[in-house]
Amino acid sequence: MVAPEHKKGLTLAEKIIARAAGREAVAPGEIVTCRVDLAMMHDSGGPRRVKPILERLGVKVWDPDKVVVITDHFVPATDAGSREILDLTRDWVAEQGIRAFHDREGICHVVLPQRGHLRPGMFAVGGDSHSPTGGAFGCYIFGIGATEMAGVLVTGEIWLKVPETILIEWRGRLSSGVVAKDIMLFLCTRLGMDGGRYQAVEYAGEAMAALSMQERMTLCNMAAELGGQTGLIAPDATTAAWLEDIGAEPGEIEAWQGDPEAVPGERHVFDAGALAPQVAAPHSPAQAAPAADFAAVRPQVAYIGACTGAKLDDLRMAAEVLRGRKVAAGVELLVAPASLRDQEAAAAEGSLGVLVEAGARLLPNACGICAGYGEARLGEGVVCISSTARNFKGRMGAASSQVYLGSPYSVAAAAVAGRILDPREILAERGAEGKGG
Amino acid sequence: MTGERGKAWVYGDDVDTDALAPGAYMKAPIEVLAAHCLEAIDPGFAAGVTPGDVVVGGRNFGLGSSREQAAQALRHLGVAAVVAESFAGLFYRNALNLGLAVLVCPEAQTIRFGERLRVDPAAGEIENLTSGARLACEPIPGFLMAMLRDGGLVPHLEKRLQAQRKDASP
Repeated sequence: MVAPEHKKGLTLAEKIIARAAGREAVAPGEIVTCRVDLAMMHDSGGPRRVKPILERLGVKVWDPDKVVVITDHFVPATDAGSREILDLTRDWVAEQGIRAFHDREGICHVVLPQRGHLRPGMFAVGGDSHSPTGGAFGCYIFGIGATEMAGVLVTGEIWLKVPETILIEWRGRLSSGVVAKDIMLFLCTRLGMDGGRYQAVEYAGEAMAALSMQERMTLCNMAAELGGQTGLIAPDATTAAWLEDIGAEPGEIEAWQGDPEAVPGERHVFDAGALAPQVAAPHSPAQAAPAADFAAVRPQVAYIGACTGAKLDDLRMAAEVLRGRKVAAGVELLVAPASLRDQEAAAAEGSLGVLVEAGARLLPNACGICAGYGEARLGEGVVCISSTARNFKGRMGAASSQVYLGSPYSVAAAAVAGRILDPREILAERGAEGKGG
Repeated sequence: MTGERGKAWVYGDDVDTDALAPGAYMKAPIEVLAAHCLEAIDPGFAAGVTPGDVVVGGRNFGLGSSREQAAQALRHLGVAAVVAESFAGLFYRNALNLGLAVLVCPEAQTIRFGERLRVDPAAGEIENLTSGARLACEPIPGFLMAMLRDGGLVPHLEKRLQAQRKDASP
């Protein structure tokens, strides 16, 4: 093999990978073996799948202090099969001496940082495709399957083809009512669901710096839909403040920045101010257009859920639209807050009350119908607008169901209007009416 | 491993993991889940596919979830290989980890439904027995090919651990 040419500066992704590989530097295309700082699993792809493999190999996990297990797929258990899976999960965690076990606290990608497990510069794997969510904290974290997870649990290592960095820069500021979800639907449509080429997608620019941590999580989460191996954002004062707030160590913020002279493999620049709220038509996040183009669509179900679209910030967006309003006749608004912590915070500040008052039905803090699990799966021909990440045919229920994707603003606005519209129409009305509406 | 022959089941771009492993059957044993493999895009696939057959896709085959049952279901049904213009990275890794050959073939879309193929992962070559065409594939990196030959990551690790234990014993 020809010795790779090391560039002068390293991108953030390259820095983290080099550190985990025990190297000074790495170059895109090299295959390296990295030591894993943290391995996160949930109840679907986790213990029930890795346990038999570890037993066959006759080994235990390499370091129980580096493993985090979170139940979110088969909760709440509504049948014997789910109960068995959860029992197995709980038993296995105890047997392996894994202390970081978060049972029924919400969706793994949201619980993981909220429980203080992520720090800038970490190299981590997660047993779920939306694991890049944690990249919002300046980590290199990516999704792997259960067999590969078992391999990590045995060896503490994983191979990686060093990715190029695809730098996506958003200049200016997003206009009011336009959020991270709109950015991602736009990017999926512009760059394609393979636009990320299994490389590292790094978001940067003034508009990104202005985003809250949970909005950044939405961006990194949907790097999965862009086809990136991961998505990440360099940590800054917002990151440090968030970590301090939950009682975690912010770590070395300055150390985990890309070098200024580093050259990304690809660079895209967009104008944040020009972006309108986006809605993606069935059956792909890459079918997006301005929300206003879908005015003829009348959803029967409006779903605020998932790691992508039901964090505290997302619930607040929905509440902003729904305050003093009612869900339109013929629409069912379902809300599954992404974590217990976010639900409690929303309840304490009143956002949750606003949603319930408007007619929302609350669902458990779990993946639920976003992943095609749970009781609320969509029936034949049901038209739904959802704040989740994916609308593949049949994913959320019947193959004949039609799922549109939008921001929590767009979902809540459609629930109120009984049709899809630019949520700014309703937000502007609110502004004109003054407080209370 | 050389020269598996089978029929081509050809699909387009973006065959996703929800189609390969529908969420509603994720609790079920693999034989049940596999019976619903690709149901949303081809209800006849699971019942019609026979061991040695080859699934052919366009771009970004296997996008979506980390659920490796997507690859496992194909393997359970006896699919010898998946050939596509490109793969979602997660599916690609999962397939090889489970011992399912995956071949990146720029000319995958020249293959027609029902054609007979001979697939040789080690050589990185597909022979279309119906049309006579030979299609070149991107080679699978050596260390992954070694894992595939062992039948996937678990038997590969098993071998490695056995060797380590042997070395460790006096």
